[in-house]
Amino acid sequence: MCSTCGCGQGEKRVEDLHHDHAHDHPHAHAHEHDGDDGHWHEHPHTHADGTTHAHPHGHDHAHADDHHHGHEPGAARLVTIERDILAKNDAIAAENRHALQAAKTLSLNLVSSPGSGKTALLVETLKRIGGEYPASVIEGDQETTADADRIRATGAPAIQINTGKGCHLDADMVRTGMSRLGLPSNGILFIENVGNLVCPAGFDLGEAHKVVIVSVTEGEDKPLKYSGMFAASSLMVVTKTDLLPHLDFDVDRLIDNARRINPTIGVLKLSAKSGDGMDHWMHWLETARALRLATD
Amino acid sequence: MHEVSLANALIELVREQAVAAKASRVTRLVLEIGTLSHVDAHALRFAVDVAARGGPAEGAAVDILEPEGTAYCLDCETSVAIAARGALCPHCGGAKLLVQGGDEMRLKEMEVV
Repeated sequence: MCSTCGCGQGEKRVEDLHHDHAHDHPHAHAHEHDGDDGHWHEHPHTHADGTTHAHPHGHDHAHADDHHHGHEPGAARLVTIERDILAKNDAIAAENRHALQAAKTLSLNLVSSPGSGKTALLVETLKRIGGEYPASVIEGDQETTADADRIRATGAPAIQINTGKGCHLDADMVRTGMSRLGLPSNGILFIENVGNLVCPAGFDLGEAHKVVIVSVTEGEDKPLKYSGMFAASSLMVVTKTDLLPHLDFDVDRLIDNARRINPTIGVLKLSAKSGDGMDHWMHWLETARALRLATD
Repeated sequence: MHEVSLANALIELVREQAVAAKASRVTRLVLEIGTLSHVDAHALRFAVDVAARGGPAEGAAVDILEPEGTAYCLDCETSVAIAARGALCPHCGGAKLLVQGGDEMRLKEMEVV
């Protein structure tokens, strides 16, 4: 079946005059017959070489007709749709993006495995922002308000979204979260996704960037195993680097693997605990925020 | 597990499209799930079967087309076919490949009565 125009085997499309691309035409034609008449049809086509022609051909139908084809009610027909399955999510994400743009809010979707240190990084980040500009957090977890409580303890506004059995946030949940929390105008909205390196990759929330967080207690081959997430992220933050002296973890190999999946991904290395590398992260945030403020 | 979310989104889309097509029943769904998408076709098929229950697409056959991955190699500057993300360029062995296709998740067409 041709994905450009929707014609193809079984397709009951009558208007067929604007075909100017190459493909096979095994068409099925559906006709309504009232009796055993012989009759003529013409089917004009334009082929890849630009020639248009028609094939007049006669059919002799000797049906003793008590059945129908094609457009008759009750008959099967093929309908061309060609829509993304997540079109609805993507449409809501576009609305979110528009609202965030209008409020000059930078939004970041933080994604990682469970236990990578996302919340610890956020807590340390919010302390360092220290009210210099507005920052708030949407927390996604299957259960509990523990993470939102940790964030609120820093003084930053936060709202918890419990996804229950769901393994990721979707755009509609974030829309609800945004409307209840209010947007930090001229500031940053952090969206901490459910700890899961698979599913959140496919669900656009309306964020400016996905930021994938990997701790040094995980494997260097994570980017290869969970490639979708690394492909979708603008930045990889390597956390818990204070533990490196105790581990056989090759940071360069992790970075090579990430760049194999996504040649343009940015990389930062830090420890929220020791503070090493935090300055670079804060600088990245301020630069991304400045870009948001400077552009429509 | 997000195959369930996908299946629900799909069935919602199918419902809308069935109304638009003035169809009483949907007998077949043709999906395009790229080999580089993060979806397991087997799990999706099962989830669609469950999600369709009680609606116009209950019991519909599900055909899944799995287009191959395509990427552009930044080293040798050609478009190549790849089996997985992170694959090396089959021409030059380069590791800097930008995925161009094969990650689609689409409802292509449906057969209705």
